[in-house]
Amino acid sequence: MTLTRRDFIKRAAAVSAAGAIGMNLSPADLAQASEAEKGWKWDKSVCRFCGTGCGLMIATKNDRIVAVKGDPAAPVNRGLNCIKGYFNAKIMYGRDRLTKPLLRVNSRGEFDKKGKFQEVSWDKAFDVMAAQFKKHYQALGPAGIGVFGSGQYTVQEGYAMVKLVKAGLRSNNIDPNARHCMASAVVGFIQAFGIDEPAGNYDDIEYTDSAVLWGANMAEMHPILWSRITDRKLSNPDRVKIVNLTTYRNRCSNLADLEIIFKPQTDLAIWNYIAREIVFNHPEAIDREFVDKYTVFATGHVDVGYGMRDNPEHPAYSEAERETMRKQKTKTVSRAEGVTLAHLGYKEGDELQMKHAAAAGKHWLISFEEFKRGLEPYTLDFVAELSRGDADEPLEQHKAKLKQLAEIYIEKGRKVVSYWTMGMNQHTRGSWVNEQAYMVHLLLGKQAQPGNGAFSLTGQPSACGTAREVGTFAHRLPADMVVANPKHRERAEKLWKLPAGTLNGKPGSHYTKLMRDIEDGKIKWAWVQVCNPWQNTANANHWIRAAREMDNFIVCSDVYPTVSAKVADLILPSAMIFEKWGAYGNAERRTQHWKQQVTPVGEAMPDIWQAMEFAKRLTLGEVWKEWKISDSLTLPDVRAEARSMGYKDDDTLFDVLFANEEARGYSWPDPVGAGSLNTLAEGDKRKVAGFEGYGFFVQKYLWEEYRKFGVGHMHDLASFDAYHEARGLKWPVIDGKETAWRFNAEYDPYAAKAGTGKFAFYGPALKALPSGDLAGPRKGDKTPLPNKAKIFFRPYMDPPETPGGDYPFWLVTGRVLEHWHTGTMTMRVPELHRAVPEARCFMNGADARGMGLNDGDPVWVESRRGRIKARVQIRGRNVMPKGMVFVPFFDERVLINKVCLDATCPISKETDFKKCAVKVTRA
Amino acid sequence: MMSRLLRHRYLIARRILQAGILVLLAGGNLYGWPVLVGDLSHSRLLGTVPFSDPFAVAQLLVAGGVLAGDVLLGAVLVLAFYALVGGRTFCAWVCPLNAVTDLANRLGTGRRGTHPRTGRAVRYWVLGLALVVSAVAGTAAFEAVSPIGMLHRGVIFGMGAGWAAVAAVFLFDLAVMHNGFCGRLCPLGAFYALIGRFGLLRVRHDHTVCTHCLECLRVCPENQILQQVGRVSGTINRGVCTNCGRCIEVCDDDALGFRIRGRALSERTGG
Amino acid sequence: MTGREGMDRRSFLAGMLKGAAASAVGGVVWGGLVAGMDRAPLVLRPPGALAADNFPATCIRCGRCVAACPYDTLELATPGRPGPVGMPAFTPRKTPCYLCQDIPCTAACPSGALDPSSVCDETGAPDITRARMGVAVIDYTNCIAAWGLRCDVCYRVCPLVDKAILLEMTRNERTGRHARLVPRIDPEHCTGCGLCEHACVVEKAAVFVQPREVALGRVGDQYIRGWDRADERRLRQDAVQPPEGDPLDYLNGGGLDDE
Repeated sequence: MTLTRRDFIKRAAAVSAAGAIGMNLSPADLAQASEAEKGWKWDKSVCRFCGTGCGLMIATKNDRIVAVKGDPAAPVNRGLNCIKGYFNAKIMYGRDRLTKPLLRVNSRGEFDKKGKFQEVSWDKAFDVMAAQFKKHYQALGPAGIGVFGSGQYTVQEGYAMVKLVKAGLRSNNIDPNARHCMASAVVGFIQAFGIDEPAGNYDDIEYTDSAVLWGANMAEMHPILWSRITDRKLSNPDRVKIVNLTTYRNRCSNLADLEIIFKPQTDLAIWNYIAREIVFNHPEAIDREFVDKYTVFATGHVDVGYGMRDNPEHPAYSEAERETMRKQKTKTVSRAEGVTLAHLGYKEGDELQMKHAAAAGKHWLISFEEFKRGLEPYTLDFVAELSRGDADEPLEQHKAKLKQLAEIYIEKGRKVVSYWTMGMNQHTRGSWVNEQAYMVHLLLGKQAQPGNGAFSLTGQPSACGTAREVGTFAHRLPADMVVANPKHRERAEKLWKLPAGTLNGKPGSHYTKLMRDIEDGKIKWAWVQVCNPWQNTANANHWIRAAREMDNFIVCSDVYPTVSAKVADLILPSAMIFEKWGAYGNAERRTQHWKQQVTPVGEAMPDIWQAMEFAKRLTLGEVWKEWKISDSLTLPDVRAEARSMGYKDDDTLFDVLFANEEARGYSWPDPVGAGSLNTLAEGDKRKVAGFEGYGFFVQKYLWEEYRKFGVGHMHDLASFDAYHEARGLKWPVIDGKETAWRFNAEYDPYAAKAGTGKFAFYGPALKALPSGDLAGPRKGDKTPLPNKAKIFFRPYMDPPETPGGDYPFWLVTGRVLEHWHTGTMTMRVPELHRAVPEARCFMNGADARGMGLNDGDPVWVESRRGRIKARVQIRGRNVMPKGMVFVPFFDERVLINKVCLDATCPISKETDFKKCAVKVTRA
Repeated sequence: MMSRLLRHRYLIARRILQAGILVLLAGGNLYGWPVLVGDLSHSRLLGTVPFSDPFAVAQLLVAGGVLAGDVLLGAVLVLAFYALVGGRTFCAWVCPLNAVTDLANRLGTGRRGTHPRTGRAVRYWVLGLALVVSAVAGTAAFEAVSPIGMLHRGVIFGMGAGWAAVAAVFLFDLAVMHNGFCGRLCPLGAFYALIGRFGLLRVRHDHTVCTHCLECLRVCPENQILQQVGRVSGTINRGVCTNCGRCIEVCDDDALGFRIRGRALSERTGG
Repeated sequence: MTGREGMDRRSFLAGMLKGAAASAVGGVVWGGLVAGMDRAPLVLRPPGALAADNFPATCIRCGRCVAACPYDTLELATPGRPGPVGMPAFTPRKTPCYLCQDIPCTAACPSGALDPSSVCDETGAPDITRARMGVAVIDYTNCIAAWGLRCDVCYRVCPLVDKAILLEMTRNERTGRHARLVPRIDPEHCTGCGLCEHACVVEKAAVFVQPREVALGRVGDQYIRGWDRADERRLRQDAVQPPEGDPLDYLNGGGLDDE
């Protein structure tokens, strides 16, 4: 019998789909399927790409991945995938996969910053890497090194790196690319609820009556969730309303009942308009019982800057750049701000001194009356005029739409879910606008119930699971703990069996600051893992220059030659997703594990192996001595206590952190891994660098140690083995049961245990606040706020750079469905490359005509910081309003981050990739 | 060396012109040079002057094509030029296939089985047939199969399997019939022979200085028209003469040369 | 001399006869060859190309459209490829037509085979959306969007998105919670540019462009959609032909007797 490969996949898919929904196939069909799959092994896994977290089944044969299928048993996607998911099998086998360590060397084969890359052995790679580390670490201390981490780390990788950097190297300079993606959402959650991550889950889609998208192009960025939203709409077209709030028309609009094109940044004003409608015109819509019992009102400072460098006169920056950078210190109050900051006594033309930039996150309790006073200016007339994004739309029409939007939220009995991702997170007031979403939902009591809630979607496959839950951020520890809290450090030191005082209490440099520190010569050794910082970080020209021209050493662990690999000094070839054991956590708190499916290609090795081998080259004597961190902080020498704990000075970090007695208790083979590969435990057929395995089950050890942080602390995860039985479990997992809706006593044992009735917003962080008014806190005692959520008042403020003068266009960046992030993987899948081969500059047709530009003409997109060349696109998927261009960031030949401004939310430190001013000229 | 060059002066000039035109056309396509864009069927000089192949235009017209003025004007210009210059100047100086058939005929010199006169009229039949088939098929019939078109289009736009047709012509001339294609089959050559009958540029012969070496007959692709050599002085007034000038450059006796028709023989030789 | 002349006349007549016979045979072969080349109904022509029966009679095969195409989309057919040798065509899976707004290929055509007036708006300005190079056709058996996957690449790359390609949304009963977003072509707006075919991610494109004469059916002019005024455009005066034949033929004929 002859079957084509397509037949194989189709038939195989048919069988598993049939199994999942209890449909019977004829014996002949089954026989054909088994014939097709002779020698194949199917195993469950998860899609490599976005935060949706679709389940996959992977087929391997002869140690190669031969096919994938959507996992019909996965609750998220039930066997379906988007086209990125469709090509999971191909992403590992790009022609230019990195397979050998590469080092810049001179003609004698020695490391040379100005040398060319040449293949070296793993041993030499680690030796040079460790020597360079020691040189800079000894000179600059723990703050002189940094790690660029990732929301695409597996959970265990993130955990291993946090442990290595924070416990071993006593540095907090590890921060994930999730900083660019989710940090504002995190601040929103922590400040409003005291605990990170959404209350609800994807099933809200099937329960709700209204899905309101706030700058979330779900049709492209969360394709499978969008098909669920579409299905919900089809299930009851009259009842279910879809609203697309966006700064330009995207593909969500063709399903939407209401499309609102708003001016960038004015989402802040629109949320306040909705709140004002509720408070002033529909007070009956306020869920009084809910608000009184479960919430308090709060606000914070407004003079907090924009997360740019503290020194706008920095010598490495041009005068044009400084024009924008000076707003970090002072800003002239604009006409709109004259209205929205009037409650603080500011009027148009005043100079706003950014006095509280260092205390941006500080907030305090206010009364409902104060809250109401803050909302006063956000009338329909004011907000409509401020927020209209399409100059061609009549103001009255825009007004009518805003009214309809408010009515959807306000309508009694109508369930509403607000969805957002980068539109609200990548925002110089990203934390505020996240909090505003909760403001509206909490006022209406439409939160933490099936079909009701504000739901922050994630971009990356393990932004939640790794970056946030493990805490691979510069200020965090696992399970929502933070380094600045001595009690948290103490708990972590106990769990990690460290001498007291080992952990560094000073938060490290966030992702963008790591770059700034490199440029300032404060960091001279950096390690890049599972991310592409030199392409994904705004204002890239500075960082590329700093990496190539300054005295520093950059290690890039990667799978393909990326921009970051190109600027690095040492490249380490890494194993990809299906070449190692791992776990991801998606946006609905669902943790999903998979097993190693194949041996890594070439000499590529898992990131955890790289961390452990590097750790072998560092002894306690070198790292656990006294370090002066700042004038006010000196880390004590903990070697004496370490010796009393049984450690020796020449023990390596490998011995202490990874291959300790407890770790070796997780033996391999283990029943859960029967028949599976395990490069870390037993080595593999390649014997790379003579490696024959650590002899114990590293991944399981890391998982089981990691979950001790969360169990009993509201972050309960299940055992390692349990996840290999289930299609993912939504944490907290208590008594083997996942939690569907948190804070809701009906579903969440923690909420039930609180004994506060239907709800308990039990998150413990930032739950004691001083009181004050809109202007500031009063002196006095802090009020404890157990089980309460906070309703924040946050005003509208302009972004630091707006179009005008020489730079008349807004520049918005983002993604397209076909490509993932910096295109490292998807641009190497020929079919995806062909579908969208290059990043184009989407532009309004009339704007283009005015400049004599036709579709396809090359243009320069230039800001105060740099310029790139792209071809204009006037037609197609995105329809830009006048005065705005959109350039996606996946294409390294159109490195749009050279143009973007590295201003961030001052609280979350997340860059605003959606707003800067550019000019467009014919190239 | 100089004398060798001198003995090939027209040949070299022709090859330069043939190649130069193709280079300009290929550059027009590949690099957007504005000098000459198109191919030998139709092109435009410096973005203004159109040139069209009048025979191709004739075929399209009988095929029922409603042609735009550009193409018609181009055809008139080219027609007028060759009518004025005369003979099959196109064949020797522009047509790229000429180089191929010249080579075949030179290599095949040893075995010329065919009588020079045999089949010389076939091309006129082919010419007539081309027009009839064009009318019936509704497209330019010769252009559809022309190895000339396949060659120049191939050089300018990409060859595809067109090399096979060119090779066929080469082998036909080499092995089957000396001067078979250009001298007997090609309807485009026939077309130019007809319109060039009264052209002005002519080869003249002075039998008084002729030494009867007959080198001119050896090199001439249409040597049936050189019957008068060594016997009668005057111009060779035959349309099939391609004005290639080979006879002139190989003549060591100054018995052959170019001349404008109508001027007295003595004016040229008496000087 | 007379004898020679007689001989000449005889041989001349014989020659004429031979020539005529050879021409007849040659003409049939030649004509067949040319007609066979012409019969390449799947070839896609540049924007503004005349209809399939007029184009070959007008195109002079100069390639100026090819030289004008900034994307190297257009190619002149070489021997061995479908279509008359030397006439322009494109293969969307290789390189689609990117729908230049100034339509340089059509503007360059000297012969009228590409007719700029067919791709102009009312003001005479080029309007590439009026090009009808072909029409996209979808093979739904191998369209992964029809399987329920979130592909719809063709839809998103379509320059006339939501016009030439629409998404049809239906519920996926198997999963019970996902919709199928299935692309559908609207031939009214499809230019046949082939960007969809070029981008289609399956091995052999499940959406592909065909000449409109090949891919589209035709409804008889005797019926007009009553709910669509624009459909009256199809109406022609001679839509319903008067009957031919004579009722008497039937009435007076036999056929009722048992025989």
